[in-house]
Amino acid sequence: MAGIPHDHYEPTTGAEKWLHRRLPIVGLLYDTLMIPTPKNLNWMWIWGIVLVFCLVLQIVTGIVLVMHYTPDTTLAFASIEHIMRDVNGGYMLRYLHMNGASLFFIAVYAHIFRGLYYGSYKEPREVTWIIGILIYVLMMGTAFMGYVLPWGQMSFWGATVITGLFGAIPFVGEALQTWLLGGPAVDNATLTRFFSLHYLLPFLIAGLVIVHVWAFHHTGNNNPTGVEVRRTSKEEAEKDTVPFWPYFVIKDMFALAVILAVFFAIVGFMPNYLGHPDNYIEANALQTPAHIVPEWYFLPFYAILRAFTDEVWIVIIANVLTGGIIDAKFFGVLAMFGAIVVMALAPWLDTSSVRSGRYRPMFKWWFWLLVVDFFVLMWLGAMPAEEPYNTMSLIASTYWFAYFLVILPLLGVIEKPLPQPETIEQDFDEHVAKTKGGAGEAAPTPAE
Amino acid sequence: MIRKIALSALTALCLATGGAFAAGGAGKVTDYDFSFEGPFGTYDQMQLQRGLQVYTEICAACHGLQYVPFRALGYDGGPHLPEDQVRAYAAFYEVYDAEIDDWRPATPTDYFPESGLENAPDLSLMAKARAGFSGPYGLGLNQLFRGMGGAEYIASVLTGYNGSEKEEAGALLYGNDAFGGYLSMGPPLWGDDVEYEDGSPTDIESIAKDVSAFLMWTAEPELNARKEAGFIAVLFLSILSVLLYLTNKRIWAPIKKGKASSPAE
Repeated sequence: MAGIPHDHYEPTTGAEKWLHRRLPIVGLLYDTLMIPTPKNLNWMWIWGIVLVFCLVLQIVTGIVLVMHYTPDTTLAFASIEHIMRDVNGGYMLRYLHMNGASLFFIAVYAHIFRGLYYGSYKEPREVTWIIGILIYVLMMGTAFMGYVLPWGQMSFWGATVITGLFGAIPFVGEALQTWLLGGPAVDNATLTRFFSLHYLLPFLIAGLVIVHVWAFHHTGNNNPTGVEVRRTSKEEAEKDTVPFWPYFVIKDMFALAVILAVFFAIVGFMPNYLGHPDNYIEANALQTPAHIVPEWYFLPFYAILRAFTDEVWIVIIANVLTGGIIDAKFFGVLAMFGAIVVMALAPWLDTSSVRSGRYRPMFKWWFWLLVVDFFVLMWLGAMPAEEPYNTMSLIASTYWFAYFLVILPLLGVIEKPLPQPETIEQDFDEHVAKTKGGAGEAAPTPAE
Repeated sequence: MIRKIALSALTALCLATGGAFAAGGAGKVTDYDFSFEGPFGTYDQMQLQRGLQVYTEICAACHGLQYVPFRALGYDGGPHLPEDQVRAYAAFYEVYDAEIDDWRPATPTDYFPESGLENAPDLSLMAKARAGFSGPYGLGLNQLFRGMGGAEYIASVLTGYNGSEKEEAGALLYGNDAFGGYLSMGPPLWGDDVEYEDGSPTDIESIAKDVSAFLMWTAEPELNARKEAGFIAVLFLSILSVLLYLTNKRIWAPIKKGKASSPAE
C-alpha cells in the first residue's frame, strides 16, 4: 500500500492471529483509526466527523420514523401528526430528522468551502473531490424527496416546481417528467416513489462515504499548508503527523459536542425556525401558495435557476443559436446543474501549482468573494422574482461561474504565490506549538 | 392583489403568509406576551383551559380540530383536565361510528370534529402554519429575537378588525388590519363573549390571547416536554464539551510543547 509509512496491526494473541489469517478486519480497523494525520489540521477539518454523525443520525431517526409514517396522499400528513402527537418521543425524532437535514447541509457547505480554500481538490485528491460532489448531489436529491413526504403545501408545490424543471428539457422533457412523477402531476405515485428513493439513497451515500474516506486515506489528508507529508521514511512521516486516534478523534468529538449543543438548542427551543410554515397546511392541488420557496440549503442554486430570464442577452443568444431549443427555462436548468458541474471540475480548472489558499495572495480575495456570493445567492433565492432581485441574481450567478471558469484558470498564471513552509512540521512549530523554535526561516519552496 | 385573493377565508389566509413574505403587503401583528415564549416558557394550564372554553363556545361553531384527540385535554403539559371532565367534555360531541353505522357520543379516544363550515380551515395546526409572517425580508428574525409566532398572528387577527366591510362575489368581507386586507370571517370576538369561572378578564384582547394560547397548544402539544428535553440535552452537551476540551488540551500538550517530533503513542 502506498500512503504514508506507519506501523501496522500485529496480532499478538492466538485468537487474534487465528482471525487475522482468515479475515484481517481488525487490521483494517486499526489502520483506519491509526492513520497518520497531518498534525497541523485546523478547526475546519472537523466537518467530516460532523457529516458522518449527521448521516448516522438521519438514518437512525429515519428508520424509526418510517415505522410510523404512511406514504399515501390521504394519510401522509395525518401520519406525521400522529408521530408528533402520539408516538413516544415522536416529536423529538421528527424534529431531529428535520433539523438534522439542516445541520447536514451546514456541515457539507463548510466542508466544501474548506476544500475550495485549501485546495483539497487538487492533485492527487481529484477522485476524493468528485466522490464528494457525488455525495453532495445525492444529499440534495435525498433532502428534496424527504421534504415531499410530509405532504404539506410546500412539499407538494416544491415537488411540482422542481420536477417541472425536467419538463424544460427539449424533446424528451415532458415524457421524462411524467416518468419521474409516475403520472401527469405530483400525486400518490410520486409520493410512494419519493418515499422509496428517500429510504434508498442514504445507503448509497453511506457507500460513497466509505469510498470517499478510503480515497483520502490513500492519498493522505490535505492540510492547511497544502504541503505533503514526508514519506521517505516512517521517522520523517512521524514528524509531520500524529495518529488519528486519539489526537483527532478527541479533537473532533469536542467540536461535535459544541456543535450538537447548538443543534439541540435549536431542536429544543425553535425547531420550526428553518422550516416553512406553509408545510403545516396539508397539500392542496387547487391552491398555489403565493410564494414557493425551497428549503434554505437549495436557495443559492434556486437563485441561479431563476437568474437567467429571457431578457438576459446570453439567453437570447443561446435561444437564437439553437433555433429556440434552449429557452430561458431550459437555460436556467442548465445553469443550475452547471453551477455544480463547474465546482466538480475545479481540480482541472485551477491552474495554480500552489495548493493552499494561505499562500495565494490574490486567490484569497476571490475566494472570500465567492463565499459572500454564496450567501447573497442564498438570500436572493428567498426573494420574489422581481427587480432589483433579478439583476442581483444575474450578477451573483455570473460571479459563481466566473470564479470557476475564468478566475481559477487565470490566477494560476498571473498570481505570484507566497513562500510555503518546507514541511508540515515547520508550519506546526511556527504556528501551533507553544514555544517557537526557529521562526521566520520560511524557505520558499516550489509547490507540490 | 389582496383584493383578488380574498375569495374565501381559506385561500386568503393561506396567502397572508406568502403575501407577507413576498410583497410586504401584510398587516400589523402585535407582539403579545405569552407564557410559552423563550427557551424556558411553558404553557399556562389555566390559560389553556380558558382558551378551550373560548374555542368550544365560539370557534367550534365553524372550525374543527381534526388532529386533536379529546384524551389530549387530560395530558400533562396541556389543559390537563381531570379524567372525568375529559370524558364529560368528549360526550358533549357526537361522532359517526362506522362500526355501528350511526352517530354516538364521543369518548376520549375520539378526535375533535373537522370544520363544520366548508370555508373554515381546520385549526389544529394553525398556530404553526401562521408563524411565517415575521420579517424582515422573510428571514424570520422577529420570530428569532422577539419570539413572535403564529399565536401572535392569531390574536392579532382576532382583535384586528377595523370595522370596514365590502361585498365581493356575493359574499360580505370584513376588513382586518392584522391580515392586511379583507377576510370572509366576520369578527368572532367582541369582548365579554364568554364568562370565565375563575373570574379572569374577558376583554377582547384577553380572550383572543387565551384562545391563541390554546391553539398554540393544539398545534404543538409537546412543547413543554420538548423544551425540557432540549434543556437537558444542551446542559449535558455543554458539560461534555468542557470535559472533551480539557481532554483534548491534555492529549495535545506534549505534541505542542516545543519542537515535538515524537508522536506519542
